[in-house]
Amino acid sequence: MNCARVVPMKTRHVFVLAALLMSLAACGGKSTLSSGGNTSPIAGSASNVATAVVNAGPSGDVNTMFTSVTICAPGSTSNCQTIDNIEIDTGSSGLRILASALTANLPIQTDGSGASLAECTQFVSSYSWGPVALADVTIASETAASLPVQIIGDSNFATVPAACASTGSEEDTVQAFGANGILGIATEAQDCGTDCAQSAAYGFYYACTTASNCVPVTLGTASQLQNPVTYFATDNNGVIIELPSVTATGAESLTGALVFGIDTESNNASSNTATVLPVQVGTGYLTVSLNGTSYSQSFLDTGSNGYYFTDSALTQCTDSDASGFYCPSSTTSFSAIACAYQDSGSCTGVAQETFSFSIANADTLFASNAAYTAFPTLGGSFPTASTVDLGLPFFFGRNVYEAFENKSTSKGSGPYYAF
Amino acid sequence: MLSTRASMIRRLAPAITLAVSAPLWVTTAQAALGAPYASIAGDQATLGASIKATAHAGYTVHELTLPSGTVVREFSAVNGTVFAVAWNGPSKPNLSQLLGNYFNDFVTTAQTTPGGRNHVNLSRSDLVIQAGGHMRAFFGRAYLVGSVPAGVSSDELR
Repeated sequence: MNCARVVPMKTRHVFVLAALLMSLAACGGKSTLSSGGNTSPIAGSASNVATAVVNAGPSGDVNTMFTSVTICAPGSTSNCQTIDNIEIDTGSSGLRILASALTANLPIQTDGSGASLAECTQFVSSYSWGPVALADVTIASETAASLPVQIIGDSNFATVPAACASTGSEEDTVQAFGANGILGIATEAQDCGTDCAQSAAYGFYYACTTASNCVPVTLGTASQLQNPVTYFATDNNGVIIELPSVTATGAESLTGALVFGIDTESNNASSNTATVLPVQVGTGYLTVSLNGTSYSQSFLDTGSNGYYFTDSALTQCTDSDASGFYCPSSTTSFSAIACAYQDSGSCTGVAQETFSFSIANADTLFASNAAYTAFPTLGGSFPTASTVDLGLPFFFGRNVYEAFENKSTSKGSGPYYAF
Repeated sequence: MLSTRASMIRRLAPAITLAVSAPLWVTTAQAALGAPYASIAGDQATLGASIKATAHAGYTVHELTLPSGTVVREFSAVNGTVFAVAWNGPSKPNLSQLLGNYFNDFVTTAQTTPGGRNHVNLSRSDLVIQAGGHMRAFFGRAYLVGSVPAGVSSDELR
């Protein structure tokens, strides 16, 4: 979400910036809740708790969650820096930093023949291009040592391969990316996994003999980008995302917690009322039953800024400010069931949890308070009829447990979500 | 660069059964959204590629499976015009080639829509583009509103 690039949105961003300047204290850690908070408690400061905030970020986004990370060259205690405005994304794996936000000098990784490794990171609408480096990454007080990370938009790798550029819009600057980096904590341990170890056809990894001569290569899983949490020495089996609830009209900003580990510390015990929903390995799919239809390729994704699903009864917004979102004439409520993944795609015979949500008119929401960045009722259409994308609003007001693949917890093995 | 990537895939071809369709996809003047589909017959014969075609009332779906496992569907009308394309799979296809003249609309929408990295929603009177998903699971479709055959619902174009 990069509202700042929409010309008509600029007025809105001025308000957002002004509001932020006037409330720096609030942005520093105090929640600006306009309602009674989470029904579940939000963890306080601890060695395994990173602060998670929802605010406009560097380019005026809505429903985007950020944290900060400290990066050091491997083994160094001086070649380090702390970087804020790092988006927390459960829809991807790996830590990626925009080169313009990076001052620490990190070693670029090479393949067996000495060629530099680079990645064309594919997002739905865009790509981000840059080399793979190693770093010691500390979040809260947990460290991932010698973690492969991507440096996006590195000027030493200025030539984007044509096959990469043909996949979408380029997001190689902070303004375009809407963050100083992205912390990918999907259920998958790597961003590509065994697929990219066996075939270069996925177009993720490249070997560069010069800055302008990069060819697709296979890359072993150990060298690929990794979910950083899985590299922690402890508290590495999953995370809990804890955000406050938000009133229907929205909130200026939110402060919550990204808690590392499930049932590994006194502050991350899994709730007895949370239903464990195993998801498909590799895709994170579960099934959502909505209006009598089973959407068998559904998923939870903090990197999506709304609820995305096909509903022809919901009107599309026409105003450019809210382009791409739903704009129903009146707020529409939905009752849905999230179910554990099974190949049949049905909810029969598997664990399930009922939840409800609403879709409001995005144009009205945005117009009502230009300084707001957290909206619980944003939604938009999805290209297929098999997915309900439970974006960041789904996480408002409920603690969501996410267990990683190949990791065990007291509630079972990952990958699963529980809420 | 396309030829570089294609040669890479060709080297892999003996080991990957599906790779036979890859050179077709990445190197030829592929039928793209709004273009005639006729050219693909020649490509198909030359390269020995297999494409699964399914006839529906008013249109034909040509389904290509890429080496990555990503599936691309092209919808051609009786007059041969590709009026819709759709994709899903673990990596994105060459959208520049697939969308042809409309790739710029995809890029511009991605840059200007408040839909984020994980969404594209363009709903114009002449063109609809939708994309969604996340890493390892990409979905998208595009269709030319005015070229959709009479009686065909947009719900079928996925």
